[in-house]
Amino acid sequence: MKNFLSLSTFLILFYAMANTFFIAEILYADNTVPSLSEDHCLTCHREMGILPSGFNENDIHMQPGLSCSGCHGGNPASDDPEVAMSPKNGFAGVPTRAEIPQFCGKCHSSINFMRTYRPRIQTDQVEQYYTSVHGKKLRLKDQKVAECVSCHTSHAIFSVKDARSTVYPLNVPNTCKKCHSDPDYMKEYHIPTDQFARYATSVHGMDLLENKDTGAPACNDCHGNHGATPPGVESVSHVCGNCHVNNLNYFTASPMAEPFEQLDVHACEQCHGNHGVQKTSDEMVGVGESSVCIACHDAGDNGYHAAEQIHHQIKTFVNLYDSAQVRLKDVQQKGMDDVDILFLLQEANQDLIHSRTLVHTFDPSKVAAKAGEGIKKTNEAIVLERQEVKDYHTRRRGFGIATLFITVLAVALFFKIRDMEKLRKKG
Amino acid sequence: MKMNWKTNKIYEWLDKRYELTPVIEFMSKKKVPVHKHMIWYYMGGVTLFLFIVQVLSGILLLLYYRPGADTAYESMRFILTKVNFGWLVRSIHSWSANLMIFFVFVHMFSTYFTRAYQKPREITWVSGFLLLLLALGFGFSGYLLPWNELAFFATKVGTDIVGAIPFIGKPLMLVLRGGDDVTGATLTRFYGFHVAVLPAIFTTFLVLHLLFVQRQGMSEPEHLKNLPDAKKKWMSFFPNFFLRDALLWLIVLNVLLFLAVFYPWDLGFKADPFAPAPAGIRPEWYFMFMFQTLKFLPAHILFLEGELVGILAFAIAGIIWMFVPFWEVRPQGTAKIHFMNIAGMAALIYIIIFTIVGYMV
Repeated sequence: MKNFLSLSTFLILFYAMANTFFIAEILYADNTVPSLSEDHCLTCHREMGILPSGFNENDIHMQPGLSCSGCHGGNPASDDPEVAMSPKNGFAGVPTRAEIPQFCGKCHSSINFMRTYRPRIQTDQVEQYYTSVHGKKLRLKDQKVAECVSCHTSHAIFSVKDARSTVYPLNVPNTCKKCHSDPDYMKEYHIPTDQFARYATSVHGMDLLENKDTGAPACNDCHGNHGATPPGVESVSHVCGNCHVNNLNYFTASPMAEPFEQLDVHACEQCHGNHGVQKTSDEMVGVGESSVCIACHDAGDNGYHAAEQIHHQIKTFVNLYDSAQVRLKDVQQKGMDDVDILFLLQEANQDLIHSRTLVHTFDPSKVAAKAGEGIKKTNEAIVLERQEVKDYHTRRRGFGIATLFITVLAVALFFKIRDMEKLRKKG
Repeated sequence: MKMNWKTNKIYEWLDKRYELTPVIEFMSKKKVPVHKHMIWYYMGGVTLFLFIVQVLSGILLLLYYRPGADTAYESMRFILTKVNFGWLVRSIHSWSANLMIFFVFVHMFSTYFTRAYQKPREITWVSGFLLLLLALGFGFSGYLLPWNELAFFATKVGTDIVGAIPFIGKPLMLVLRGGDDVTGATLTRFYGFHVAVLPAIFTTFLVLHLLFVQRQGMSEPEHLKNLPDAKKKWMSFFPNFFLRDALLWLIVLNVLLFLAVFYPWDLGFKADPFAPAPAGIRPEWYFMFMFQTLKFLPAHILFLEGELVGILAFAIAGIIWMFVPFWEVRPQGTAKIHFMNIAGMAALIYIIIFTIVGYMV
């Protein structure tokens, strides 16, 4: 039966493939671009073993039939190298480093051309590139800065959604690292080369590189890609605020925003760092050793006092919430009902997250109000947890009473049977 | 029988109409043989007690349970968390169901090894075997009712196996599932089987089974049959044996309460038909030996599918087992090894080993 099914499946698939192949042949027959098998650039270079290093036939350009001549020009229909690679036939050869952006831009900057293949694709990459540090330096004849192929490769270009691509989110840090983490290569630019090392141990890097979470920010999410540049003082908070929206809103509306700007201090970076940004902890607020507040505030000033208050409110809430979690484990271990408790603690957890976010208002009363809501819910959960544990013991006591009753009944029955047996033996 | 004046009057009134005296005479004369293997006589009684517990706890669950893909799991959760003593009733129902099946097996094998199925009790044996099948049906249909993940996929696998039966398998599977797949329709019909169809059939066979036992009395083991009447010991069924039965029932009730309170039955996660099957899908323990056998069989045996061969083998073995009283091989001469004992032990060991392996693999 299974064999029969497999055979049928194979035949159906074969039929479908044959049809698809046939239809594809008809389509190509109508197209002016020769099929890859008829492309003499490809066939000759392959036969002679002189295909460019890193050449990949699955390159995104090869997919719709754009072969070598699509970028390099020439006449792929001719098998005569003199004709095929004649400048008369538009052969452009290998572009120099400085020519590459315009070379790629021939197509990628033309929406009329690009919409044939990808109607929604951007066509401002070259324009953006020349606003980047890379682009500006290239115009100044710098031969080491990144241009298109430095990041995308020349002949193994894949869609950004393809895991094989050098610009796939998980691969971006390693692509940038190739130059930016090489002290010798970067020597003349006088910028640090430890960004990747710090990023890899940051909360963002751990999430992207360790947990493979493509939603976590890579280099380009903060610096841009084609227009890559270090964020300035005025923009760094907006960069972080792209994802951490509430934190940014609270901060910009807080009394701290103005002095930060006056002191020319990076808003988020001042407390959290940049490439090596670590997972936050409640100890960052307050007046303890790990506090970032005491970097500016001294004992006795208003900020110092506010930091102390905020830390106390958050810690009170966290301690209560943690104790409720421990009790929850106990309730679950005892096999008791945890549904309503879970709901309450889930809401309390939301309040805790919100309270922590409200730290960026630097207003103890706002933090206290939200933490108060969470504390109330946590206390309600603790009342339920106590009730469940009490019920658990009540059930056991109930069982004890029932057992006692049943045992008394069983013993009485046992003596009754013994008496009857004695009577039977006598009788 | 001593009765006061009022009770006497009522008895006389009833007796005139329903002729109770011959029945009571019969019951009072009923005797149970006393011997070293008589403990096995109590196994049927324990099974009956657990069945009564099932009926009572099942009726209580019916008050709150709502069949349906969107309501079954929620109503079970409600029973466990909000209904007074709901957790206890549900746990008792689940534990009692498992203990009942266990005691059915004990009762069946004790009957087999004491040769109580022999003439004139052939039909009692057959009715008992049919009761076992119906009890398994109760187990299979009841397993799905909480509509949890494990039960959902176990039912899927179980009904798939039914579908592998030649000729009638596919239509039977469609009838069981109420469609091509296990859905809410399957749940409602399993509910129908569990609370209406099976109880009606089961009660009919149970009444017949009990009537047969009461009419024919307890069977005497071989060694007792050959003793002269003077050397045989007996006890009255009423009240001596009945009270011993009651004592055991009390002990079983206590064990049942202990299990229900200290090891409450888990509800698990709600079934999600679109989720991939979780690891560790397995049927109830009493189906495990069959399930494990089917898993061990190769894809093909000769020209047949392995699974089909397994199902046919179990069906044939079941039929052979059901008709044991009619083909029993009696020992020749003074042979010490009894073929029936070897066959019974082989079946028992097979079931035990494959059940254990099923849980270990």
